[in-house]
Amino acid sequence: MRRLLHSPYAVVVLLALIVALLPLVLPSTFYMRMAALVFIFALAVVGLNLLMGFAGQVSLGHAGFFGIGAYAVAVGPAHLGIPSWAALVLGAAAAGLMAFIVGRPILRLRGHYLAVATLGLGLLIALVFTNEAAWTGGPDGMPVPRLVVFGFRVFGPRMWYWIAGITLVIGTWICVNLIASPTGRALRAIHDSETASRVLGVDVARYKLTAFVISAIYAAIAGAYLALFDGLVTPITAGFLRSIEFVTMAVLGGLGSIFGAIVGAALLVLLPQVLTVFHDYEHIVLGAVMILIMIFLPTGIVPALAARFGRH
Amino acid sequence: MLTTDTIGIGFGGVTALSQVSFKVDPGEIFAIIGPNGAGKTTLFNVVSGLYTPREGRVSLGGEDVTGMAPHLLARRGLSRTFQNLQIFFRMSAAENVMVGRHLHERRNIVAHLFTLPSVLRQNAFTRAKAEDLLAFVGLTGIADRAAGALPYGALRRLEIARALATEPKVLLLDEPAAGCNPVETAEIDEVIQKIAASGVAVVLVEHDMKLVMKISHRIHVLDQGRTIAEGTAAEVRANERVIAAYLGKHGRAESEHAPD
Amino acid sequence: MGAIYALVALGFTLIYNASDVLNFAQGEFVMLGGMVTVFAAAAGVPLPLAALLAIAVAVAVGLGLYYLAIAPARGASAVSLIIITIGASILMRGIASIVFDKNFHSLAPFAGNKPIIVGGAALLPQSIIVLFGAGLIVLVLWLFITHTLTGKAILATAANRLAARLVGINTGAVVALSFAVSAAVGAVGGVLAAPITLTSYDAGTLLALKGIAAAMLGGMGNPLGAVVGGLTVGLLEAFGAGYVSSSYKDAIGFLVILLVLFAMPQGLLGRAGVERV
Repeated sequence: MRRLLHSPYAVVVLLALIVALLPLVLPSTFYMRMAALVFIFALAVVGLNLLMGFAGQVSLGHAGFFGIGAYAVAVGPAHLGIPSWAALVLGAAAAGLMAFIVGRPILRLRGHYLAVATLGLGLLIALVFTNEAAWTGGPDGMPVPRLVVFGFRVFGPRMWYWIAGITLVIGTWICVNLIASPTGRALRAIHDSETASRVLGVDVARYKLTAFVISAIYAAIAGAYLALFDGLVTPITAGFLRSIEFVTMAVLGGLGSIFGAIVGAALLVLLPQVLTVFHDYEHIVLGAVMILIMIFLPTGIVPALAARFGRH
Repeated sequence: MLTTDTIGIGFGGVTALSQVSFKVDPGEIFAIIGPNGAGKTTLFNVVSGLYTPREGRVSLGGEDVTGMAPHLLARRGLSRTFQNLQIFFRMSAAENVMVGRHLHERRNIVAHLFTLPSVLRQNAFTRAKAEDLLAFVGLTGIADRAAGALPYGALRRLEIARALATEPKVLLLDEPAAGCNPVETAEIDEVIQKIAASGVAVVLVEHDMKLVMKISHRIHVLDQGRTIAEGTAAEVRANERVIAAYLGKHGRAESEHAPD
Repeated sequence: MGAIYALVALGFTLIYNASDVLNFAQGEFVMLGGMVTVFAAAAGVPLPLAALLAIAVAVAVGLGLYYLAIAPARGASAVSLIIITIGASILMRGIASIVFDKNFHSLAPFAGNKPIIVGGAALLPQSIIVLFGAGLIVLVLWLFITHTLTGKAILATAANRLAARLVGINTGAVVALSFAVSAAVGAVGGVLAAPITLTSYDAGTLLALKGIAAAMLGGMGNPLGAVVGGLTVGLLEAFGAGYVSSSYKDAIGFLVILLVLFAMPQGLLGRAGVERV
């Protein structure tokens, strides 16, 4: 039992338990909807955490990939006549491809330059979605047909809870696999010292690109899920604010901690719900929370908690 | 094994190296010494692919590798340690060394994504190798400690273990005994001799003259980017130019006390 | 517009140089400059006074940002600091939306509406004022930094904070000053630009992003580069709006920046760093 607790797979098991047992305590479908949203965002953030927390590369434009997935399931059925599930796969592939093409030159940048370049990338993608009204319905977005799998209509918080939850568990499992493998060690090494990694034979550019592409695919799948769940997609879903939400979720929860990514997602999805009570003050509180957590818990929530309780 | 031929490089108008040539054979311990600023680390950086020289060539095992990227050089059997430790501080000691095994691991990413049994076997094998190497450099019982928590002397040896993990034919050690007390230095001295005995060509940059004079087969002296002498320890010790530039009277006395 | 971007980029570079912080809230200073002036003027305050008030408010906010949000987060990672400034910008926008309102506002141009014809192109007098104002600010700042002791202190802090502290420079105050000056610079930009562009409580975001991108284009940390970058982005946008559909004009700036960064990772005027191993 002890070994399981210390094993990186503990996160996966814990998550699976949560997903499986949570419905027993949730009082209404509203809460299931919230949970489903948390799972969807967590998927994107787990991917982003792979890039930022493990490989150490900043991306302030990840919502762009999220948006690609989201728009894929809208544009696919509407303009290309393909079924939603195929559009989802296509969207993920498109995001991965975009990340692959843009990744090589972008990842040569470091630090602040990389941050701004990814920012620019995200903005450009969002701008395309806003402007190409013929394809994307412009600033008002476009409707997304519901997912139909083998003639079975997927609809409603309950179903999406399970789809998102199970996908998250699988996604987390894959992530943990990766981290515990030579690729994962290479990524962590790159984060700590690129120079030393190179000298030890690690093809730094290739691994950064790998992390970038994988995180893009995670984001795209999450984006597609959200679009299918909501039935609607607008350019906001690929916007700067959303990219920042992702980064904040990752950092708040704790970079380099997979569980932290999930906690961060939960926090930022649920907090605004709590905050709508405040109406106009919502943004103020959100901004204040971001600032305060970064000042007092700079490593993120989960690592801070782990440090406190790990001593026992 | 490793040959450099008239290497020259400059930064912003300052010539850091000029006309530097040397040759190192397998199993040999070759030291490069010189006053601070002589260009020793720069030379290492040129040889290990971090800098591209303005002139001259570097050959490894007969192949021209001038300006080749570091990770490609690693594949050809070149490895190094760093003057200002480039340890992976957030990883454990064992993990640091395991990264060194990267070139010898199978890197099929799909297998990694799904942790196929081959990956589990490989992880176990790499881990065992890492533990062996840690023992080789005299670090036991700290395999799972975070590198950031280890004492300085241990970190120096950890970097050596990590560099050895790539199974290099040529190993560049940049001030491996810097900041170490005499006990730690003696331990590192033993490790270096073991490494050379196993057939690796060792190139050493060091300021600790006792260590250098004791274990080096040949010594190359740099001053302001140029070679001023090369030879055995005894020859270099007696060389007037070397004494004037670097050793000084005190240094000469110190090196004369080093056992041969 | 390029001049406005240049001012934003400049303020941004100032803070970055002094403290290594990417201040995403820079755009809010511009917004404050514009909005405060508009509201003050509407409340009957004479225009020059309203402008000064706006600058004062921005400076106060800038100092507040430093003392309340940045200083307490000593030594936090770069990403944390970015999140803090973004959080701050969200906060400021939230407050602005309440204190002011959510509509677009405009100011009457300072020197009338009739365009002046210069070499076949029609220029609004306000544009000239903006350019002139921006140029003046750049000049004043340059003189300040190179000829006063305080200015030199800023340069020293930018080069090496620890060393500056060791020679007795109060780095905290210097950084605070850089925030204040940046805020002022941004606010001036906002005041000058209010007659030309519509200002609203959320005008800050896109400006900040473009300003940051412009600063990067010119090379992070290089004030001259910031100005050049800002002007370049402005010019590109203006030309682009003519050739490509105007809805994409925002994209042009970013696209160019991406391309430039791909080719020259240090920006147009940045210096290539050599990593010491």
